[in-house]
Amino acid sequence: MSTPFLPVVAGHAEGAGAMIPVTPRNVPHHGGPENPAAAALRAQFAAAVHRVGVVWGGTTVIVERAQVNAIVRWLRDDPSQRYDYCSDVTAVEFRDMERAIEVVWHLRSLPFRRFLRLKALIPRGEALVVPSIWDIHKGVDWLERECYDMFGIRFEGHPDLRRILMWEQYKEGFPLRKDFPLRGRFSRSEQLRQALAQNPEAKYSMEELSIAEAFEDLPAEMQQRLSTGERVGE
Amino acid sequence: MATTKRTVDVQLSTTGMDSRGRPQRVPLVTDEAGNIVPMTAPPAAEPELEGDHMLINIGPQHPATHGVLRLVLELDGETVVRCIPHIGYLHCGFEKIGEYRQYNQIIPWTDREDYLNSPGNNVAFALGAERLFGIEITERCKVLRVIASELSRIISHCVWLGTFCIDIGAFTPFLWIFQQRERVYSMLESWIGARLTTTLTRVGGMGADIPDGFTEDLDNFCRTFPKVLAECDAMLTKNAIWVGRTIGLGAMSADEAVNYGLSGPMLRASGVAYDVRKDFPYLDYETYDFDIAVGQAGDVYDRFLVRMEELRQPIRILEQAPRRLPDGPVNVDDHRVILPPKSKATSDMESMIHHFKQVMEGPRPPIGEAYVAVESPKGEKGYYMVSDGTSKPVRWRIRPPSFVNLAAIPKMVEGHLLSDVIAINASIDIVMGEIDR
Repeated sequence: MSTPFLPVVAGHAEGAGAMIPVTPRNVPHHGGPENPAAAALRAQFAAAVHRVGVVWGGTTVIVERAQVNAIVRWLRDDPSQRYDYCSDVTAVEFRDMERAIEVVWHLRSLPFRRFLRLKALIPRGEALVVPSIWDIHKGVDWLERECYDMFGIRFEGHPDLRRILMWEQYKEGFPLRKDFPLRGRFSRSEQLRQALAQNPEAKYSMEELSIAEAFEDLPAEMQQRLSTGERVGE
Repeated sequence: MATTKRTVDVQLSTTGMDSRGRPQRVPLVTDEAGNIVPMTAPPAAEPELEGDHMLINIGPQHPATHGVLRLVLELDGETVVRCIPHIGYLHCGFEKIGEYRQYNQIIPWTDREDYLNSPGNNVAFALGAERLFGIEITERCKVLRVIASELSRIISHCVWLGTFCIDIGAFTPFLWIFQQRERVYSMLESWIGARLTTTLTRVGGMGADIPDGFTEDLDNFCRTFPKVLAECDAMLTKNAIWVGRTIGLGAMSADEAVNYGLSGPMLRASGVAYDVRKDFPYLDYETYDFDIAVGQAGDVYDRFLVRMEELRQPIRILEQAPRRLPDGPVNVDDHRVILPPKSKATSDMESMIHHFKQVMEGPRPPIGEAYVAVESPKGEKGYYMVSDGTSKPVRWRIRPPSFVNLAAIPKMVEGHLLSDVIAINASIDIVMGEIDR
């Protein structure tokens, strides 16, 4: 960690003229006070900041996809910003199939009590790849994996990007994409057939077996199947 | 391994009988100065022992994993070298289903994700949807929602305390605290008719106003619950076995806790005073007088202390809330979202049209997006909703606090003993319904 965390006593925030926060009332649909981070980002990353909007009181900054890692790092390390907490990483696909897929980062600055939404757009037809911010916020590990699992968005730089909620051999695609039907791609009978065809013995991945040097203890027939590349999961 | 060296004063004693059959504390170990014997963190496991590593699988069907969590552990003797968690056994696709449901129809799904905190989830979802609709709820509704949120915090922490005790080997507090949880469920039943899956809120209001006699029940509960809590406290907090099993385990420093995105009691136990109710308030929480508990070491024992304090603080809020409960309507006067009364819907043309439009088409929020977070018992629970102007959300995202908290478990258990994995896992307070969704 490069920035030491200074704990803030809730209700008595110090520094930068922070006041006791109050419940927002009558939040306007558009407009309202803009998060100061938006102006700072414009000054710092002029070309990489595409658009800034305030919707229902939340400031959204749409940034250049390739610059996300640098922007999040600057937001965390700059003493006037200190966005040290990443609440959420997710994506939005619209029903309009022409519209770009949005990857959304919800950041919080605990010392300054600010909330910022970063977005990167992936236009249709382009590869679903965005930079990972795992090296900055370790907490996004599973969030990015889930986003990959549900949308198929690859986070470049994530050390262990694999499915998390669906199982490893899941073949139907990415469930939260709009072209994925609510009941799944395969018929119920096909889903049942696949479930029954799974090998109940093969509960461990090759990685897990190799770390524990347990591969030699397996039955010869199972060793043979695993070594020929059969994918196993839970 | 970062074990925190610190001491806690404990009384090494057991419960026995005196000559007339009355229970009393029998000291086990006394030093010259008195009964207090300091306990320190257990020594680190011995390094450099020869032998093969072993692969141990815990779960998914294991009572100590609090649901269907599966942990694959690589052990060196009894010490955990590596932990690979597997989740997803309970995945139901809530977020996908939400894209095919109107806003009020999603509320029953929020009951079922973090099912120990159903009223709190209902409140959180309603707040998010109201932000998206641009609705200001009534003052009475706000106070009722505060009551619901705090009752649900008590339920959730009661379950946590009971199961945490069982995981560590103390059975009695489980029975004591579950009786209290039952009382809260009875209150909720009198309020909305359901116990576990409450569906308490609607967009723009509540499913029902509180019934007659509810505030008396609440007063009664607020009077008697602290006594039970004090008994649990006396049983556990300075119990030598308890402290020995929990102190120094799974420590996270403040920097690490923030970096790993922990929230709720997990984050506060590490010394970071972040509570959504104080830092990003909602429902006028800034006007209530309550404190948030902050730990220092960030280990299992501190998480226990923080959650015990969080069982006491809701009582303070629940004492203030009924006193400020104003008269007046619960639901907003907005025909876009609130159904007209049935009697009017069958006799008045306007009301019938509103009723028909709402039931058949559903309320339509304007195009926009909103992320609203509340302090759930597990941590920061956020609902992110995106509307494209139709009656169903384009995206309904749950920010699950236990999911992010659980992601730090490899960091917390590595270097500890296998038996401590159970204690650390219990201290995270996970609900798999919320993690897998």
